[in-house]
Amino acid sequence: MKGLTFKRGIHPNYHKEATAGLMIEKMLPGKELVFPMSQHIGAPCTPIVKKGDYVSVGDKIGEANGFVSAPIHSSVSGIVKAVEMHMTLKGIKETCVIVENDGLYTRGEQMKPHLKGQEVPLTKEELIEAVKVAGIVGLGGAAFPTHVKLSTPKDKKVEFILINGAECEPYLTSDHRVMLERGEEVIGGLKILLHVYKEAKGIIGIEDNKMDAYEHMKQLAKGTSIEVKLLHTKYPQGSEKHLIAALTTREVPSGKLPIEVGCIVHNIDSVGAIYRAVTRGEPVLSRIVTISGKGVKKPCNLEVKTGTSFREVLEYAQVDWEQSVKIIAGGPMMGTAISDVDVPVMKGTSAILCFTKEEVGLEAASNCIRCGKCVNVCPMGLVPSALQKSAIHGHYDEFIKQNGMDCIECGCCAYICPAKREIVQSIRSAKAAIRSKK
Amino acid sequence: MEKMLIVSSSPHAKASHTTRSVMLDVIIALMPALLVAVYFYGLRVLWLTAISVICCVGFEWIWEKSFKRTITIGDLSAVVTGILLAYNIPANAPTYIVVVGAFVAIILAKQVFGGIGQNFINPALAARAFLLAGYSTSMRSFMVPIPGEFVAGVDAITSATPLELMKNDLMDELPSLVDAFIGNIGGCIGEASAIALLIGGLYLIIRKVITWHIPVCYLGSIFILTTLLNGFDVYLSFYSLFLGGAMLGAFFMATDYTTTPMTIKGQVIFAIGAGVITTLVRLFGGYPEGVSYSILIMNLVVPLIDKYVKVRRFGEGVKA
Repeated sequence: MKGLTFKRGIHPNYHKEATAGLMIEKMLPGKELVFPMSQHIGAPCTPIVKKGDYVSVGDKIGEANGFVSAPIHSSVSGIVKAVEMHMTLKGIKETCVIVENDGLYTRGEQMKPHLKGQEVPLTKEELIEAVKVAGIVGLGGAAFPTHVKLSTPKDKKVEFILINGAECEPYLTSDHRVMLERGEEVIGGLKILLHVYKEAKGIIGIEDNKMDAYEHMKQLAKGTSIEVKLLHTKYPQGSEKHLIAALTTREVPSGKLPIEVGCIVHNIDSVGAIYRAVTRGEPVLSRIVTISGKGVKKPCNLEVKTGTSFREVLEYAQVDWEQSVKIIAGGPMMGTAISDVDVPVMKGTSAILCFTKEEVGLEAASNCIRCGKCVNVCPMGLVPSALQKSAIHGHYDEFIKQNGMDCIECGCCAYICPAKREIVQSIRSAKAAIRSKK
Repeated sequence: MEKMLIVSSSPHAKASHTTRSVMLDVIIALMPALLVAVYFYGLRVLWLTAISVICCVGFEWIWEKSFKRTITIGDLSAVVTGILLAYNIPANAPTYIVVVGAFVAIILAKQVFGGIGQNFINPALAARAFLLAGYSTSMRSFMVPIPGEFVAGVDAITSATPLELMKNDLMDELPSLVDAFIGNIGGCIGEASAIALLIGGLYLIIRKVITWHIPVCYLGSIFILTTLLNGFDVYLSFYSLFLGGAMLGAFFMATDYTTTPMTIKGQVIFAIGAGVITTLVRLFGGYPEGVSYSILIMNLVVPLIDKYVKVRRFGEGVKA
């Protein structure tokens, strides 16, 4: 059986074998947890606790600011040590609440289910409220607030709810393990969504390098209306637009959202989080993180409480500090290289990768030889080499005319370039410059 | 943390190929033709090829050194140009014209425009065109192949190429199809053996250095147009694919990254255009051979093709 897919894209080395077969382990954090007030796309939260306050597990410590924002909860119990600027994985100092962990993990008052399971009739408004209160964001990495996606305009019909089990980034196996070990929660969460969006069809898309997860989810979906579909393994299959294209053959027009073509897309773990929020009233307190790369002696899939520092997580995985020359939060294609390991795990931290010298390509860029490989892999149908030229020369009008703003920054162009040109990096800078001018 | 971590913008993973590895694949793909040429035309083939490569790399080094530019001879592109230039010269040609050719290819066609990736015409073909105009006697006298006779050289008997015979309507003197296929015919060093070039071309396709589009469209359009214009002599059309630089052009010249369109659609247009021009020159032009001019002419059209032939953008034309 050949999996569904989109046009173009790349086949990188996946390196998933290091952690694909490993059960999720739970890791307890150390003494100090740092909760950045900005863990999502949108407005940062306002801290609602102050130094000396006692917080328990699940207590809200950051209040959402506006609609596109998601509240932050404490994942441990203890005393608030400070509310101050602290380094985050973005490489800048941001407002953070620092909690001293008392190690008791006392559960708070508000940890009660908003609703008692999916049998209870649940309206769209109730669902959105439950998701919003729980601070659920896209756990695939982009961390876009989930309740915003669910708040579909009245005039738009939701025809498909697509669950992204592609996990197309190399090394990452956290979604894979969630499907195998917590598949019931995923199915449960999707059932809740389908209960609310009655006209929608639920489809889970899984890449064919995770056949065990595909079979398992198929088994779990038996007797429901949920369809589990096999996707051809290709990067960036997990991109929202390309997952929609593969599963429904619909294309989201330039600059539009998935709902324009009747789709909502959620990450595997986000749907699990919806299930936990609705049935148990549980906010996002932890996430599954894949720790891999040659720089760690014990690669693993860890359930890590948000706020835990990278240093602790890496030491758990027996990191070799000497050999690790590059540490990445997220996957190698779109993740962020960090400069400081004393930064906290956030809701969107899907992986921490420690790369040794041999895994880090440091070749200098040379002239474009016009091979056209970037054109042949660009999933958006752009001409990356031409965009890079416009970007480098600051020809932003030309850049916009060449549809540079459509770029999803997947990095296929820079991956495939034999001249090792930093194509997507130039495009990214140009996009940022153009946006800031607006 | 005591030491500094490497920080860069994503992606953090890159494909293993480099400009150098791509060029190395092209060099490997050119080797079967070199061996066959040595067998039929003698050791002088190696001498000319070596001189050509040394001169191309040397000129590139000298240019970059004198203008204080980054030395790029390590990318092996000058080596490829050197081999291709030698392949476009008869085995009995005097050595000095190879040196002149290397100068034209590397300095005039490539470096003055900014080096690798910046030239708008194929350097080896530009040099061939120059030599054909300037040294037409040497460039147009081809030695009779003597299989296994390695020391034959400048004094060898010369003969007309099959295309020249066809041009002059001397059909009875044409070598057999098999001889044309394996390379037992008069011609330039690299033009002779269709089979050796095909093997190299297939290697490039398997290694994903090139795709099938350009060779197939180029050879296909030569075949179809020759058949149509030549009284539906299918055998002769098929035969003509193995002559002149058709195979060399199809797999190694018309597929040069820098001087061909970037999109597959554009490459198809480029290849068909070159195939049509090749055939028209062969049948109606003053020269018996049209491969190099057809590719050079199409090289000039590449910026236009790239401007107007685009891939379909994701979501283009979709109504919300």
